[in-house]
Order: sequence, then C-alpha cells, then structure tokens
Amino acid sequence: MQNENPILELKNVSKRYPGVVALNNVSLSIKTGEVHALIGENGAGKSTLVKCCSGAIKPSEGKITLNNEEFTDLTPELSEKKGLAVIYQEFNLINELSVAENVFLGRAIRKNGVFLDMKAMVEETRKIFEQLHIKINPNEVVKNLTVGYQQMVEIAKALSLDAKIIFMDEPSASLTTTEVQDLFRVVEKLKKTGVTIIYISHRLEEVFQLCDRITVLRDGESIETLNVKETNQRKLIELMVGREFTETFPPKTKSITDEVVLDVKNLSGNGVNDISFQVKKGEILGFGGLIGAGRTEMAELLFGVESYEKGNILLNQKKLITKNPEVVINQGVAYVSEDRKQKGALLDIDIRENIAISILKKISRFSIVDEKKEDLLAKQYMDQLSIKAPSFKQKVKNLSGGNQQKVVLGKCLSPKPDLIILDEPTRGIDVGAKYEIYKLIIEMVEQGKGVILISSEMEELMGISDRILVLSGGKITGELMREEFSQEKILEYASLNLGE
Amino acid sequence: MKKIDFASYIKKYGIFLALVILVVYFTSVSDVFLTPSNLFNVARQVSFLGIAAVGMTFTLLLGGIDLSIGSIISLVNVVCASLMVKNGMSPFAACVISLVMSTILGFLNGWAIANIGIPPIIVTLCAMTIWEGVAYILSKGLPIFGFPASFSVIGQGYLGVVPVPVIIMVFILIIGSVILNKTYFGRYFYAVGGNEDAAFLSGIIVKRVKYLAYTLSGFFAGVAGIVILSRTNSGQALAGKGFEFSVLTAIALGGVSVNGGVGKVFNIVAGVFIIGVLTNGLVIMNVSQYVQLVIKGLVLFAAVAFDMLQKDGKLDFGKRKI
Repeated sequence: MQNENPILELKNVSKRYPGVVALNNVSLSIKTGEVHALIGENGAGKSTLVKCCSGAIKPSEGKITLNNEEFTDLTPELSEKKGLAVIYQEFNLINELSVAENVFLGRAIRKNGVFLDMKAMVEETRKIFEQLHIKINPNEVVKNLTVGYQQMVEIAKALSLDAKIIFMDEPSASLTTTEVQDLFRVVEKLKKTGVTIIYISHRLEEVFQLCDRITVLRDGESIETLNVKETNQRKLIELMVGREFTETFPPKTKSITDEVVLDVKNLSGNGVNDISFQVKKGEILGFGGLIGAGRTEMAELLFGVESYEKGNILLNQKKLITKNPEVVINQGVAYVSEDRKQKGALLDIDIRENIAISILKKISRFSIVDEKKEDLLAKQYMDQLSIKAPSFKQKVKNLSGGNQQKVVLGKCLSPKPDLIILDEPTRGIDVGAKYEIYKLIIEMVEQGKGVILISSEMEELMGISDRILVLSGGKITGELMREEFSQEKILEYASLNLGE
Repeated sequence: MKKIDFASYIKKYGIFLALVILVVYFTSVSDVFLTPSNLFNVARQVSFLGIAAVGMTFTLLLGGIDLSIGSIISLVNVVCASLMVKNGMSPFAACVISLVMSTILGFLNGWAIANIGIPPIIVTLCAMTIWEGVAYILSKGLPIFGFPASFSVIGQGYLGVVPVPVIIMVFILIIGSVILNKTYFGRYFYAVGGNEDAAFLSGIIVKRVKYLAYTLSGFFAGVAGIVILSRTNSGQALAGKGFEFSVLTAIALGGVSVNGGVGKVFNIVAGVFIIGVLTNGLVIMNVSQYVQLVIKGLVLFAAVAFDMLQKDGKLDFGKRKI
C-alpha cells in the first residue's frame, strides 16, 4: 500500500524557546503507508517534532503539510480531524472505565441524542479488535489489562477516529517480549490497511525489524533520512551521537575476586521462591527473565522494601538486617529502582540535595547539615559521573533522562556501598548516556564492589555481566557463565517454570 | 538574558512586591498607616498567625494539611486558663502543661496519618471537631478569666517598643527557617513531600517524618494558643475557631504548594503580613467587615491563580529547559 505521495511534510520547521532551539529548520517527508522511524538521543527534538505535527505546540517557523493541505496554525483538534493520532508513552486512558468507553471517550455514540448506546460502542470496538486480530473484551475495565493491551486500546482509539497517520512514542518501552511481538503484528496489519506509522524508539533492533525508512535527529536538526536496507546499527548510532562509536560496551580490566560480598540462601517471599546465589567482589551478576519473573521483587527483599518469609542474607559474612531501606543503606547496600521518575530521583529538589540525601544525617552535627561537606560531595560526584548541568543547584526535573539517572547513581554511591543493585539502569536513556553508565558500573566493580544488574535488554545483560542468572516464576531456572551467553538460552530459561 | 533574570525575580519575590504595593497604597490614602506605632500594631495582630503558620507549613510540605490547629488553640486556651484560675497553678507550669498537651495532640494526628493511613484532611477534620467539643465541655461554654498579672506579659507586654508577641513570632519564624533550611530532617520534609516512594528508597523513614510534622504543628499551635490567651485575657472555647483557614490563607499567599514539596518560611512571612496589612489598612479606611471578607478571598484567589498559571507556563516568563 506504500506510495510515493507524501502524507505528511514538514518544511523548514523550527521551534525556539527562550535560550534554547528545540527544532532547527527541520524538513521531513513521510510517504503514505510507510513505517517511518524517528530516532535520536534524548533532547534531540523528537518529542517537539511530534508536538508540532499534532498541533500541541506551535512552531516558531515553517509549514506542515498534511494530506496536501498546508497548515501554519495546527491545533490538536484540527490534526485529529485530519486523521493524525499520537500514542504517547503515558497513555491517555481512564483506568476505571471499560475498553469500549475509553475508545469512544468524549464522543460516545448516543441513542436519541441523550443516552449512551453501549451496545453500539461495544460492537464498534469489537470490530476494530477483530480487524487487528487482538483478543480484548470491550467490556473489560482498563485497569485490569496489561500494559501491552492498554496500548492496543490506545491504537483502537486512534483507529476509531479514522486515523491515517499514527505517531507512536516509545511504544515498546514498557512491554514484555511477547507484547512487543503483538505490537509488531498490529503495526504490520495497520501498514497493510494503508495507515502510516511514525515510530519513535530507542531500540534500534526494533527499527530494523519494523520500519521502512529512518530519520535521525540530533540537537534539533534532521541529520539524515535513510532506507533501512542501506544502513546498519553502528552507522545509526554514529549519526545519533555525532561521533564515531567503536564499542558498545566498555572493556573491563580487573578480574573477579574470590571474596563473597553477598550470600543469599533459600530466600522466599514477595513472589520469590527459594533463591540462593552469591555475588563476589568485583563481579557483575546479571539477572535475566521476563517481566514479573520476580527480579524486582527479589531486589525489594534485599533492600528492605518488603520483608521475606524464609531464608538468610549475608553481607560480608554478616547477617543483613532488612527492616527498612535506611538500615540496609547503612549496612552498605544501594538500590537503583527501575522506575526513575517515581522511585528513583527526587525531581523537585536539586542535584546536591539528591546526592547527599541518604547520608544527610551523617554529615550533620546537632542535626545541622554541614553544607560545605554537602557541596564537596556534590562537586565530587558531578565530576566523577560527568553530570551535565550548569550547577549543582539545578533541580533534577530540569535534567535529561541520562543525567537524572546519573544523579540517582550518585545518590546511591555517596554512602559508599559494597553492593549495588541496579534495576533497569539504562531504561529510557539515550545511547551516549548508556555508554557512560556502563563505564560507571565497570568502575564500581573495579573498586571491588559487587553489582547485581537486573535488565530486560538482552544486549546490555550479555554485554557487561560476568555471569547471568535467569529467573522465572520467582525461581532461578538457569545460570550462564560469560562464555555460554546467548539470547536463545536466556529466553529458554526465562520461559521455564511458566504456567505451573 | 536580561529578561529572564527579571522574570525569575518576579517569580521569587512577587509576593514581596505585592506587599510593597499594598503598603504604598495604604500609605497614600491614610496618614496614620505608615507610623511606627501602627506598624507594630499590624505585627502584633499577625503574630499568632505567623506562629501557627510555621507548624502548618511542615504539614503542607508533606502534601498534607492540619485543620485541627484552630481547635487545639481553643483547647489550649481553656486548659491553660483553667489550670491557672481553677487549680491555682503558676503561669509557667500551666503553659508547660498546655504545650505538652498540644504537642501530644499533634502527635496523635501523626499517628493516625502515618500508622493507620487515613488521609490528613480527614484525620485533622476529626481532631478539629473532637477538640472543639472537648474545649466546650471543659469550659461549659463560659469564658475563664482572672489570670495572675505576670501572665499578661506574653500577649500584651513590650520589650522596649517591640510587643512581646512579635518577638515570639520572630523567634519561632527563625526556628522554622533553621529547621527547614539547615537541619537534615527539615530537608526530609521537602524530599518526602516531593515523592514519598523515592524518599523511602533513599533511606528516609517516611512515617517518622510525618509524625514529626504533625507533632511540630501541634506544638506551634499550642504556642499560638498561649499568646492568644494572654492577649485576650480570657480563656474561651471559641478562641481558635476558624483560625486554621486564616493560617492556610497566609501560607498559600506565601507560595507553599498544597501539593507538597515547595515552600519557604521567608515567603510565608510576606503572606502573613499581607493579611495583616490588608486587614489593618481596610479597617483604617473604614471598609466594612463584610467587604473585607470579599477582598481577602479575592486576594487569595489571585495569588494562587498566579502561582498556577506561572507553573503551567501560561504566563511564560523565561521558562528554560536544560
């Protein structure tokens, strides 16, 4: 269904904020019926571009042509009417309402002009899902659906609006592997029916699997548009980062010691079932598995967020007291949560206060914080982690995702832990910042700390772990040494013990 | 970048600008407004407000609220007065017992909020109703008076030209400011108010912080109650009725976010004085009480609306993203 006619064209679109150019003279042409990837680091201007197209913000300059109609004054209502839909990372769904009610939110089908015609809405919704070959009950309440299905509801909503162009912003970021496969199938289906998809993602493998063409944005400029067939991942990363990229994972020099830092014996509780393992000083122990396999749940037990029913945890040969995170931190364990915005960074306070928060009591005398020590600490970690900000008095919410994550790392490192638990430490951050975070992890183990790395990104897991344990259904289902690493094996172990 | 600097100044000191405008306006329409004796008068009138505002600020920073302040003030009024008049206690002992009581009442709020998990607005609404009732029961609705002469110093005395309640208020504001800016547990208020989960995972025991905030709020309400008692010279069960809303108005004017995490003592001072200046100025200008209410409500609305619009970027002065 692809043809050469552009359905959406941007001509010299710029968007300037006081002091910042978010988009600089971007021209772009999207062909009807193609799947077009939009990639770039955080802050490259992807979101701004989407918002300009949907009319959520007004470009400072430039023209947008939608379906051969030229616009300078798009509004969200107008773009919707012209068949453009955006599926954001954070869904616009009302959890308490049914699927059908969500699909027809704000434009319910009515009987006699007053009463809701639930039957008709359910029927329409069912038709859309049938068309997509997705099994969702239109009467189900949205909050009972998995994230993957919720996304399908968003797509159905777009289709019920008769959308011809759908923007998808990081659609796979919070999906499991199977859910991602479902999503891909649906995208293929949409493509066949002539819908144009603009796919924004950090995951380059997906882009190669799914898209026809790719546009790389960097620093608000459109760098290049390429055919998928004529490029490769390395080339794309180079274009995104703007420099040559030789290695994806930094090298590790020192080897693992024989000293055990963490010894977990028969740990059970919080969905974890009889887990035993050891972490040595200088070791990066990877934890693979599907979402819900019990990896985060295990981390919560170790960090004192939840209490365990059975088992024994030894840190440096001493029993680890897990009454609450405060005592765990004081014994030398740090935890970086998978959810940076909700459970990681303290967004409303500044960098300095974030870095010092876990040891604030220790750098206080008679309850008064020693601000000199605090400043020194902040400077030290800003340097060490190369946090890019005008000063440590910057509020963390104003930083990019990568820099926010570095602040979270600084917060964890300031109490000088012996064991660091990293739960999806590079989720939602760009390639350049990822590499820096890998370097930091390796620095940590080279200083003799032990690291537990929980990751759903296979490449990352295999790239920097020394050993991988795979969890499924709360149990360890496999152990792989570095030379045995393979995606197939991890997936195989990850699907053991399911459905029991 | 000149423009941005100007804008961030407005954002930071807008409330002071509003205060200055009010002062200039009242000075221009009245000869008596800008005299030392009247200004001290204003300061004395707002001193109770300033004292109680510090405590309430802690609870607001956590994203909570303390509606029981007014009733705690009433109860302290009745209890402190009874202890002196009916039990013949010395003013010092009566004040100490009253303060211990108000602190315990605050602690109870903290307990219900942190341990049972009832929303703060409900817990303190219950406390407000209960303690008001207890105050009426104890006093049988009658005023209690006839205190030892030494007691009147707290509310009516002067140190040189400065009224004692003003000195107490300044002292308490300084304590509040030190707690929030200098102590580690003061920082915890901002961290917990900004994001409870992240604060917990950073090693802050959130429950303890909640206990502390409500306990402090109870204590400062107790101080305000004693000052009011000394000022009015008579213990009454309706002494603090509706006081929590005046405090809330002052704090909101001072830019403390009702969603938690944001607020500075420095700005609250301005909020407190805006209310004081407005009341005093309108009285001097002979504006009727009823019209005063309308004006105060509108001022609060304008202040919070300004804050919201500016946050949403609808008043877009110099918003920068990095």
